[in-house]
Amino acid sequence: MIVKSIRENLGGMWSLLVGLRVTSINFFRPHVTVHYPRQCVPTLEGYRGHIELVPLEKDPLKSKCIACSNCVKICPTSCISLKATKPKKAAVAEGADSPAAKVPSEGKKEAPVKKAKPELQSFVLDYNYCSLCGLCVQSCPTGALEFSDDVYLAGFTRQEFVFDLLARLQRQAQKKEQ
Amino acid sequence: MKLDLRLDTSGDFYAQKFQPTKREDTLILNMGPQHPSTHGVLRILLEIDGEYIVRAEPVLGYIHRMHEKMAEVMSYPQYLPNPARTDYLHALAWGWAHVGAVERLMGLEVPERAEYIRVITCELNRINSHLLWWGAYLLDLGAFTPIMYAFDDREIIMDILQRVTGSRLTYCYYRFGGVSKDIDDRFVAETREQCTRMKERFKMYKDLVTDNYILRQRVEEIGEISVNACRKYGATGPVLRGSGQAYDVRRAEPYSVYDRFDFNIPTYDSCDAMGRYMVRMDEMQESINIIEQALDTLPQGNFIHPKAPKRAKPPAGDVYFAVEGARGKIRMHLVSDGGKSAYRLKLRAPGFSNLSLFGEVSSGTLISDAVSILGSLDLVIPEIDR
Repeated sequence: MIVKSIRENLGGMWSLLVGLRVTSINFFRPHVTVHYPRQCVPTLEGYRGHIELVPLEKDPLKSKCIACSNCVKICPTSCISLKATKPKKAAVAEGADSPAAKVPSEGKKEAPVKKAKPELQSFVLDYNYCSLCGLCVQSCPTGALEFSDDVYLAGFTRQEFVFDLLARLQRQAQKKEQ
Repeated sequence: MKLDLRLDTSGDFYAQKFQPTKREDTLILNMGPQHPSTHGVLRILLEIDGEYIVRAEPVLGYIHRMHEKMAEVMSYPQYLPNPARTDYLHALAWGWAHVGAVERLMGLEVPERAEYIRVITCELNRINSHLLWWGAYLLDLGAFTPIMYAFDDREIIMDILQRVTGSRLTYCYYRFGGVSKDIDDRFVAETREQCTRMKERFKMYKDLVTDNYILRQRVEEIGEISVNACRKYGATGPVLRGSGQAYDVRRAEPYSVYDRFDFNIPTYDSCDAMGRYMVRMDEMQESINIIEQALDTLPQGNFIHPKAPKRAKPPAGDVYFAVEGARGKIRMHLVSDGGKSAYRLKLRAPGFSNLSLFGEVSSGTLISDAVSILGSLDLVIPEIDR
């Protein structure tokens, strides 16, 4: 009985020494972590931040968005809201040739208006409610949405996380030009 | 006006309901809802006699978020991010249960490559979940170092998963008919590298923790759960396998391509906290085994069904789908009336059944042992409260 308990205790102490060996080996290994504010991790590839608009190739001030509202409809937390203007009939008539402009007045249902694309006025994302599921990016027919890679996004108020993405796009485009 | 400044000893609704007892020398103690060892907002009412627990009753609902009701309100794709929020540690398995139920009801076929990707990512996520449990459990028992090593490994796996899923914890990766992004050669190479690394790490974990005398004293012959008690409460996962019953949904009701892989179901007959500990440690190795087999036989093809519907609208009917999560059997029972959102979605959280055991197991034990038992059940409170 006594022999058994002594053997058990000695075995237990040996196990502690084995554990100490592991910690001491690791003690002399290089750091695994980084000192965050002074250092940053080299890559955070694939990180999905909040969404942003993709600019048109020919005009970086405008987005690819055609204001179809697919993303608004599919968003689980309805955090996207967009405004688009329907082009005015007069504006279309000015732009189009005069015989084409006459067509709607003859009674056919607004054929030229259908052809004209609605223009995006504002695209607001309330990031407070976003769950980063990526359904909006997937549902976009023109690929006008992408994920940003802003890992260190932080703010003091809730209002800071309501982004006007169209303004952001234009800001980024201007920055690039400079 | 006269203020009554005496201490309110009557307690709230649960405490009052718990109160009546024949003994007068016992004390009612609230453990939680902000107790660090409960890993979330779990409150346990304990009737204690000195250091010994006479009765214990978990009080739930502090983080109830109506996930089942949300399924009735949101359309099917809109519900995709939700399952990940129920169990944030094994988010992919919950997502799989949801997409699997909808796919089964729609009769939607998943491409083979997508099935393999699902298996690989889900198993990686399982390792992640067990690693966090391992670290946190030992933290409960008073060992601080292991959680650092666990997080070292977890970060690497999270980096691997981040590249394909885009997130680090609450993944929303599976879609109806496949996954949202294909894996590339770099993913395969990194996963292989991590698999070989993990095998070395397991040896270190064994030396550092599993063989440790102090740990063994804290977990051996503590919280013995018989197989019958498991059956009575419907406990599944490592809790059931730690009691000697080799039940694993991946083997019992094979879903996806799990029937193609050769893996063991670790079981331990000791029925105690050590048994459950060992099951999880072995399960991580089995997961690595599965991942390596899946990477070897990864087929080419689509990662999502080319005709996968963007707005899923399953026909009327009801369907049931079960997957093996890190904590046990995750089931989803979906009833559809043919509309764009579910008529009713019942989530079965394994943690709920496992927690229900606690009252029976903990009576008669010391408070410090109850902490050990609670940790060995591997509870994730958001999953239990849903």
